[in-house]
Amino acid sequence: MDIERLNKILAVFEGERGGLISILQRVQEEFGYLPEAALSLIADFLKLPPSQVFSVATFYDHFYLTRRGDHLVSVCQGTACHVLGARDILETAENCLGIKTGQTSSDYKYSLERVACLGSCALAPVVLVDDEVHSKMTVRKVKKILTEDLDDTETRT
Amino acid sequence: MEKSISIQSLEDYKIGSVESLRLLRETIFADQQTTGKLVSVCCGSGCMSSGSEHVRDAFVRKIKDHELEDEITVKKTGCHGFCERGPIVVAGPEKIFYQHVTKEDVPEIISETLIENRVVERLLYEDPVTGQKCFHENDIPFYQKQRRIVLKNCGIIDPTSIEDYIKVDGFRALAKIISQMTPEGVIEEIKLSGLRGRGGAGFPAGIKWETARNAPGEEKYIICNGDEGDPGAFMDRSVMEGDPYSVLEGMMIAGYAVGASQGIIYVRAEYPLAVHHLSTAIARATDMRLLGHNIMGTGFNFEIKIVKGAGAFVCGEETALIASIEGKSGRPKPKPPFPAIQGLWGKPTIINNVETLANVSRIALNGGKWYSEIGTPTDKGTKIFSLVGKVRNVGLVEVEMGTTLREIIFDIGGGIPKGKRFKAVQTGGPSGGCIPEELLDLPVGYESLAKAGSIIGSGGMLVMDEDTCIVNIARYFLDFAQNESCGQCTPCRLGTKQMFKILQDITRGRGKPGDIEILLELSDAVKQASICGLGMTVPNPVISTIQYFRKEYEEHIHERRCQALVCRSLIFYRIKDYRCKACLKCLQACPVDAIIGAKWQVHEIDQSKCIKCGTCMEVCPKRFNAVECVTGLTEVLRDQSE
Repeated sequence: MDIERLNKILAVFEGERGGLISILQRVQEEFGYLPEAALSLIADFLKLPPSQVFSVATFYDHFYLTRRGDHLVSVCQGTACHVLGARDILETAENCLGIKTGQTSSDYKYSLERVACLGSCALAPVVLVDDEVHSKMTVRKVKKILTEDLDDTETRT
Repeated sequence: MEKSISIQSLEDYKIGSVESLRLLRETIFADQQTTGKLVSVCCGSGCMSSGSEHVRDAFVRKIKDHELEDEITVKKTGCHGFCERGPIVVAGPEKIFYQHVTKEDVPEIISETLIENRVVERLLYEDPVTGQKCFHENDIPFYQKQRRIVLKNCGIIDPTSIEDYIKVDGFRALAKIISQMTPEGVIEEIKLSGLRGRGGAGFPAGIKWETARNAPGEEKYIICNGDEGDPGAFMDRSVMEGDPYSVLEGMMIAGYAVGASQGIIYVRAEYPLAVHHLSTAIARATDMRLLGHNIMGTGFNFEIKIVKGAGAFVCGEETALIASIEGKSGRPKPKPPFPAIQGLWGKPTIINNVETLANVSRIALNGGKWYSEIGTPTDKGTKIFSLVGKVRNVGLVEVEMGTTLREIIFDIGGGIPKGKRFKAVQTGGPSGGCIPEELLDLPVGYESLAKAGSIIGSGGMLVMDEDTCIVNIARYFLDFAQNESCGQCTPCRLGTKQMFKILQDITRGRGKPGDIEILLELSDAVKQASICGLGMTVPNPVISTIQYFRKEYEEHIHERRCQALVCRSLIFYRIKDYRCKACLKCLQACPVDAIIGAKWQVHEIDQSKCIKCGTCMEVCPKRFNAVECVTGLTEVLRDQSE
């Protein structure tokens, strides 16, 4: 982990009250996850016991302590999505990517996640691939996105 | 004193007094009267997911190509609420309402509607009942029974433009209040309006404000709760995205009334567009000196900052939200002390939901009496519901309190699609309950829904048809609850887990006699012995479904039957040998090769391999109709005897 980059982030929060969560968010934005070494340094910076930093980092769903895939696939499991078949969509996504929900593929290409609600209920069921919302999903559509389309983005980049 | 502002200098115009705000509004009015035609493209999250940004870009490009920039203005607006029909475009002086617009439709809208003033019929909304084409938003049945007070600007103004907001009376309420009214007078007005918290608990806003006003201390806080965590609710998202200045104005009025000079908006991180629009709004308002020090020269100071949530449902609870802002894990604390006395950093703090705060400027401008006359004698004003699930018109609807569920689901929502039967409506998300068909004429209100075993909650409204399994829905909500329980109170942490396990067993064909009783007993324990609103309410979906649909639970447990054909362990597919034409279609489509047969040999499903995906039923030609899906012990026995 690049300590310079971390210190740069921390400097912005100098003297701010209650900044722990904002710091963790910024650090995760920078590194893609929260490296263990970073957590200890953040604790030192805030003069908090490392246990408290670790407690906060594990309490909230958005923080990751391990490296994530390059592409994040989030399958919405909100109420509206649920009654319109979100469970099948999630299972299909697991099969397509060959990983279980919450896991990252061994080549670090994909991470698969369930989210409670994206607030796009009128377009249910919804799948989010990185920042792109795919609406009114069906098993067939999700298969297409996760096999063909993702490969396309791979070859393009 | 200044008399007129040139429109060019608007960018760095500062509002130093109530008078200069009025002057600015008049200037904006005069300017917009002279500018030409307008085309508005909805750029709310819903429409954006359907590609509205491409539509907007296409408008900008084509208008430039035709050198029409001086005559036609392209505006992006917030959410119209009818997200299912997106992208939505409103074009020309007649404000023609176009739906499902793609970038390919853009040239035609420009040449027909914007230049020739004609209507592009194929893009109009067609009433599925009468077959009539609707030209304007107000002609569409979805909008006719709505009363838009909170959503009045959504879909009309450009949410990133402070000028647009000022034009629709923005900050007029604030100006009136800080120049003419005492803080006590404002609180009286809010009390008179009868406004209650729209986040779920429904606590009277005026009383909350009064408590904080009277609490000792110089430093006080206003927090806007934008941590909309209920799955299936997205009204706060739309308000923050589509009309962010209304939220700011509401917070400022609250700040003046309570004596606070600092505001914090706590927004879910899942709502990036809301964060973006709110940040833009704060920056623009600060630039114009509508936020900050000595606002409009009255000596009132107020500043607002944004805090992003980190993905914990429980942070919607006041005390957990405060802990989260303080940089701690979001674990609720017992109340009292209430946040209005001892909140953020131990100081008196008001936490109001987004929708509550968006109501405030409307009330302040038109008076508490005006607001109190909307709705019913017990429930004042309007409420936004997010109508989702098995209903034709999915979207956000704002109705007067007292509107019946039937009016919302059938008149506004257009009823159940595909000719299916209505079964139940779930209101209030994980804290709410299921309401059956016989109670559809119930008027919506805090007490009326509570009496029926549900709540208004934040306004989620999930419609279910005959294909929805009630036990599965209860299982779904308990799964959510056991995931989101913060773990502090044992009854909530372990109780919800046990309840989920029992419900899962029931849906998997392992239900036992007595399960229903244990569920009710656990529900009671979780409700009684948890300190926060989450634990006290999450058993509601189970209690209410048992109350109204006990028979369905019993069928699952005793007969291994899932009427709705949802619970996979309780259903199986079979091929009717007398109808099968051995066409090989299902045999080839089956993803797990569970179908035995050949050409000229009737097909059969190997139940040990079948994963119950339903593909065979989907591909079997309708004229053969040879695959059936059955459920229940008697069916299993019948199958085995054959």
